[in-house]
Amino acid sequence: MSSADQTPPPLYAKREPIFPRRVKGSFRTMKWWLLAMMLGIYYVIPWIRWDRGPEMPNQAVLLDLGNRRFFFFMIEIWPHEFYFVAGLLIMAGIGLFLFTSALGRVWCGYACPQTVWTDLFILVERWIEGDRNARLRLHRKSWDFEKFRKYGLKWTVWFLIGMATGGAWVFYFADAPTLFVDLFTGQAHPVAYITVLILTMTTFLFGGFFREQICIYACPWPRIQAAMMDEDTLTIDYRFWRGEPRGKLKKGELDPNQGDCIDCMACVNVCPMGIDIRDGQQMECITCGLCIDACDEVMDRIGKPRGLISYMALSDQVDEQAGKPPKSVWKHVFRPRTVLYTSIWAIIGVGLIVALFLRADLDMSVAPVRNPTHIVLSDGTVRNVYDIRLRNMYPEARMFVLSVTENPDLSLSIQGEPSNRVMVGPDEQALLRVYLTAPPDTPSNTAERSNLRIWAAIAEGTERVYSDTVFNGRNQ
Amino acid sequence: MAEETENKVKPPSRQYPDPAKKIEQEVKTTGHSWDGIEEYDNPMPRWWVWIFIITIVWSFGYWIAYPAWPGIQSATSGLLGYSSRANVTQEIAEFEERNEVFFAQLNDTELDEIREDDELMRFAVNAGGSVFAAQCSQCHGAGGAGVQAAGYPNLLNDDWLWGGTMEDIHQTILYGIRNEDFPDARWSEMPAFGRDGLLDDEEIDQVVHYVLSLSGSDHDAELAAAGAENYEMNCASCHMDDGSGDYFIGAPALNNQIWLYGGSFEAIRHSIYYSRFGVMPGFAERLREAEIRAVAAYVHQLGGGQ
Repeated sequence: MSSADQTPPPLYAKREPIFPRRVKGSFRTMKWWLLAMMLGIYYVIPWIRWDRGPEMPNQAVLLDLGNRRFFFFMIEIWPHEFYFVAGLLIMAGIGLFLFTSALGRVWCGYACPQTVWTDLFILVERWIEGDRNARLRLHRKSWDFEKFRKYGLKWTVWFLIGMATGGAWVFYFADAPTLFVDLFTGQAHPVAYITVLILTMTTFLFGGFFREQICIYACPWPRIQAAMMDEDTLTIDYRFWRGEPRGKLKKGELDPNQGDCIDCMACVNVCPMGIDIRDGQQMECITCGLCIDACDEVMDRIGKPRGLISYMALSDQVDEQAGKPPKSVWKHVFRPRTVLYTSIWAIIGVGLIVALFLRADLDMSVAPVRNPTHIVLSDGTVRNVYDIRLRNMYPEARMFVLSVTENPDLSLSIQGEPSNRVMVGPDEQALLRVYLTAPPDTPSNTAERSNLRIWAAIAEGTERVYSDTVFNGRNQ
Repeated sequence: MAEETENKVKPPSRQYPDPAKKIEQEVKTTGHSWDGIEEYDNPMPRWWVWIFIITIVWSFGYWIAYPAWPGIQSATSGLLGYSSRANVTQEIAEFEERNEVFFAQLNDTELDEIREDDELMRFAVNAGGSVFAAQCSQCHGAGGAGVQAAGYPNLLNDDWLWGGTMEDIHQTILYGIRNEDFPDARWSEMPAFGRDGLLDDEEIDQVVHYVLSLSGSDHDAELAAAGAENYEMNCASCHMDDGSGDYFIGAPALNNQIWLYGGSFEAIRHSIYYSRFGVMPGFAERLREAEIRAVAAYVHQLGGGQ
């Protein structure tokens, strides 16, 4: 295949900088609203207060890694309930599958932090340096005071945004007002400073300099998404059968033999990924919709119908070219695959909510001590030892009462406690060593093994939980 | 829709521009072909190359700053003087310094009062547990259940050879059992009634049945009755008339369900015929006083402490 007369291609490619032009339109407006909303949520949430009682943190959303507690408004998650978080992650995953199979790379185009922060950084760039042409001029210019001043200002603002991003992140992991003061007085934990520094630098570099390269080279998600899209997935494409052959306007008039595309490059100039959508769907496209806005604006101006570039499915292209009307959006979106994803998503969601409301605010885990399996006491009584962990998932100290059922032979005592009652502090757990004894000549004493159920109940309340375990007799 | 149809030109048979044509124009292949599968010769992004170069530059700094090149005796030490072994030594020293406070407190606290201080007790149980795992578990088992076949006592039940108070356990650990290194070691010796000819085989069988009867185990009532006299003459002085034994001289109780060497006829007969002579090392010179106190507290809370 290779021929000797060709000069070898360069081994390494320099990045071609992209200067997206400003665009107005419905997608751009929606993206501004989404950007404001998502950044607002990100920055505001750690500052919302939520009263949980005197001994508990009053931050609405708090990932308290030190004490191993996750707080989310009225919900408190203990480490042993981590399946709630796992369930949420599975839901997030299936949600992405659903959106990708229905709407293509809608996550990439509208909601991905890389897209949102890049959008914000480009906005800052435009405010300081001007629109596409001004930025291009400045880029090509040699270094002088104006370029130095504008670039310096731009980089400073980017850096401050990066710091605010990293700064907001750490507030999710500690009491925000306290940490805010500590961060500025130099008293915060080094981990907080390191986290802020890392996120500041990644935000600054990813949003300011790497931009589309993250999506093209670093992110695995676009590669996975390609496997979830089919001929009914709505993506952005160019109606080439309507636009071609393309040609410039001649004296402000459209040549009757040419298509609707006047080759104005508006769609290319606004693209943050630096591609030409008229080449068809391609790997780099994040379906942000800005080329649709740009083209619609031009179509309005030359008096042609909108939608030369628009959201459409692959099957629509075939239908439209054959002169058939395209399927409705609803038919594209509601198909077995998306219904299946929605069902799985909803089943897990309902399951999690049910589990959340059914869970008790106390918990017990019982671990039988098996070294040795049983102990014979001097009067012939057989004793088994159990390590019992009681969790009081409640903002007040409560008295727990332990008891045994299903086996009348056994009596229970707690090491170091005069009775079967033990006090567990607010939102704390207690580790107890519990003895069960079977007197001589009872069935449990002589049997190889017998079943039992240990109950933990709140002394002044109706709540209780149980755990089934076994008792080893002397003939074990 | 009607308006759109009006403007529509005849669609080209393939998407414009032809994607296959575009690839041929822009991307060359390496010329390698395996079963018709060819390899594109795309250039690498340049920032990637820069990162590659930076890692190489970084490695030179790393060679200078950290231990890197192996020599005959040791590696080059590096300008920063980093050593993982020194770090571990330092960490151990830091922990020991922190533990020292508790060890001093253990030494100053009366043995019976250790468990009244929750924090001190928690430290003693953890420190004692690690000492137990290193020094005691070889015989007494990781869980403290001992090994009956070898006569290593079970430390979890409520019967003790030499007493189960904190003082008793502490004394036993300090000097050991039948240990000639320490004059204060626990010492008792039972005669070997069979081997030394003090009782004949028939008499020994009778005594074994009598001993079995003391704890209500299966026995021959006739033989047991015949053995009663020999028991009272030879055994009761240490093991007591009712077989309750004596902690002070280390005479095991015979009237309960706990047997050091097993409660079968054969095991008891072996004990009477040959006697037993279990030994335990003393730890007075191997462990610090505070560690001995900690392990005593650990053993005491295993389930049998008195």
